[in-house]
Amino acid sequence: MKYQSQRVAYWYFLAAMAVFSVQVLGGLWAGWIYVNPNFFSEAVPFNIIRMIHTNALIVWLLLGFFGAAYFLVPEESERELQSPLLAYVQLGILLLGTAGVVVTYAFDLFHGNWLLGKEGREFLEQPVWVKLGIVVAALIFLYNITFTVLKGRKTAITNVLLLGLWGLVLLFLFAFYNPGNLSLDKMFWWYVVHLWVEGTWELVMASILAFLLLKLTGVDREIVEKWLYVIVATALFSGILGTGHHYYWIGTPGYWKWIGSIFSSLEVVPFFAMMSFAFIMVWKGKRDHPNKAALLWSLGSATVAFFGAGVWGFLHTLHGVNYYSHGTQITAAHGHLAFYGAYVSVNLAIITYAMPILRGRDPYNQVLNMVSFWLMTGGMAFMTFVLTFAGVIQTHMQRVLGDNFMDVQDGMALFYIMRWGAGLAVVIGAILFIYAQLVPGREVIARDAKQEA
Amino acid sequence: MREVMTKTMARNVFYGGSLFFIAIFLFLSFNSVGYIKNTSTSTATLTDSVVAGKRVWEANACIDCHTLLGEGAYFAPELGNVMRRWGVQDDPEDAFDMLKGWMEAQPSGIEGRRQMPQFNLSDEQIRNLANFLLWTGTINTQSWPPNDAG
Ligand code: HEC
Ligand code: HEM
Ligand code: HEM
Ligand SMILES: [Fe+2]
Repeated sequence: MKYQSQRVAYWYFLAAMAVFSVQVLGGLWAGWIYVNPNFFSEAVPFNIIRMIHTNALIVWLLLGFFGAAYFLVPEESERELQSPLLAYVQLGILLLGTAGVVVTYAFDLFHGNWLLGKEGREFLEQPVWVKLGIVVAALIFLYNITFTVLKGRKTAITNVLLLGLWGLVLLFLFAFYNPGNLSLDKMFWWYVVHLWVEGTWELVMASILAFLLLKLTGVDREIVEKWLYVIVATALFSGILGTGHHYYWIGTPGYWKWIGSIFSSLEVVPFFAMMSFAFIMVWKGKRDHPNKAALLWSLGSATVAFFGAGVWGFLHTLHGVNYYSHGTQITAAHGHLAFYGAYVSVNLAIITYAMPILRGRDPYNQVLNMVSFWLMTGGMAFMTFVLTFAGVIQTHMQRVLGDNFMDVQDGMALFYIMRWGAGLAVVIGAILFIYAQLVPGREVIARDAKQEA
Repeated sequence: MREVMTKTMARNVFYGGSLFFIAIFLFLSFNSVGYIKNTSTSTATLTDSVVAGKRVWEANACIDCHTLLGEGAYFAPELGNVMRRWGVQDDPEDAFDMLKGWMEAQPSGIEGRRQMPQFNLSDEQIRNLANFLLWTGTINTQSWPPNDAG
């Protein structure tokens, strides 16, 4: 750790991992309801568990991004953070909001209250007071990071990171806009959801990846940063108009069928570029960095993101296909692998890289960490295959033949059992990962394996 | 790549291009809002009751089991066309009766079948919900879903 204030990242990463564990356990529970529908169905219905699963996902990914920014910005800017104290205040607000969300959902508190009750739009179910808290926390964060960057050395990495984070926060403001007209509601709902994962978050991911590859491979900064600009350019050029792939069937104009199909197909490009970037940097790299696990996660992230977002996204993005596959298990398959590859893995990569440095140690528990990578990645891949098969059957029976939803679902029970098995592997992998971060063994790596930060 | 493009060039292309695409997107969004308000949805029939029904829908997080126009959760049937599936799209009274019957019969309690909770809604709330689902059924969705199964 070069700068004392980077230490705040440590607490963000711990919080992120705690919420990560809640998220995957929630997923396992939701998956179990599919297998055994009467499981606590009156006390905790499926929708409550699903809200916890998806919201916990978003929250911990954001905590991870904030932690990553607090870790890498001082190093890039070559100065201490503007205010570590504010960073802790921000974390406190976010954790309070998270706890508030969980009890509000679980006990259905303040039902229907405009300020305190849940809001009930997918992913944006948080009560208004929590949304306001998120905005306050985000403003604190932007203040803290922006001033650190402005007063220090400016690099392409911090530049892109900052743009991504500012965009992310500004787009979140659309979460407060909930018109009575369902079509308008849906149209602007995607401003948050799509323009996050296929716009601003890609900027954050690309800059974290660039930072990691810079450190892990020792390739010239010039080269890394030029790649970075090319990647994020292709991301925004395709992703912004690519929003159209959600505007086919919700009451928006017909021209989106063409604009959405063409531009969202091009969204494969930035993910392909990120994967190529990662491998080329490693081949070119002259440094033999001791943190092998961080390298594995970095390469894994870029690769799985290409398959999950790029390939599985393209699979159902053309409007002719989407007409039949829209809102089936195919969507669930894609959602899982894309989120896992792009955002879960890049977070676990930076955590793997940063934790030893934050604790002032050589990289530790590397083998265990790599085992957890293969367990989680294998589990997610299997889950994706299984859901894709289920989705193809569902699409054919329900959308083409017109069979009743519930009857079709009955025929898919075997797939849901296998999905649960895959999910169990993911959860075990996640537990191993967290253990590997939290419980360093005795120093086994030889002294000469010095960390080159 | 070094020969083809410098870092500064790449950066400028990124900024300039992004602004260009944002501008197009904003223009199309603006146009789409007009289209929604004037063409694809009926603002005349978007009554207070429909809006109140939407709030009931949200307060109970129906979206985290069901899809609505194909978006949401995949655990339970699509509801954007449920009134058509039930054959009551053109009859608000029947729609209310059907929905009331359905809501009050939940949970089915059938072993091994997915359960929908009991929400204990008032008649007024159910009427609002029914109006909301009826209104949703009138949106021009480019003829999605392909059939009544949703
Ligand atoms: C915990 C999950 C869950 C929640 C929450 C939920 N539902 Fe359902 N819903 C179901 C399931 C499962 C079915 C299918 C039940 C069956 O066929 O036995 C269903 C069926 C329906 C149907 C009949 C669909 C058809 O095609 O026959 C309607 C209408 C409906 N739900 C409305 C609602 C409304 C309105 C809400 C919110 C107030 C809601 N549901 C919330 C799970 C849920
Ligand atoms: C990392 C990036 C991405 C993530 C995290 C992601 C995640 C998701 C999620 C969670 C959904 C479901 C949304 C809902 O609940 O309705 C979704 C839908 C969709 N995604 Fe992605 N996605 C990514 C990139 C892409 C790309 C690059 C493409 C196209 C090439 C794509 C195409 C689609 C399409 C067409 C849908 C709509 C599915 C439907 O009609 O039901 N996605 N995505
Ligand atoms: C890190 C790993 C995981 C990520 C990134 C993730 C992500 C997601 C996302 C984005 C959704 C919403 C999907 C959509 O709207 O299309 C979702 C829903 C869901 N997830 Fe996960 N999840 C993970 C792990 C798990 C695990 C381990 C299970 C266990 C089986 C699981 C089971 C489910 C279920 C059952 C749903 C609800 C799908 C539906 O509506 O039918 N998830 N998850
Ligand atoms: Fe999208």
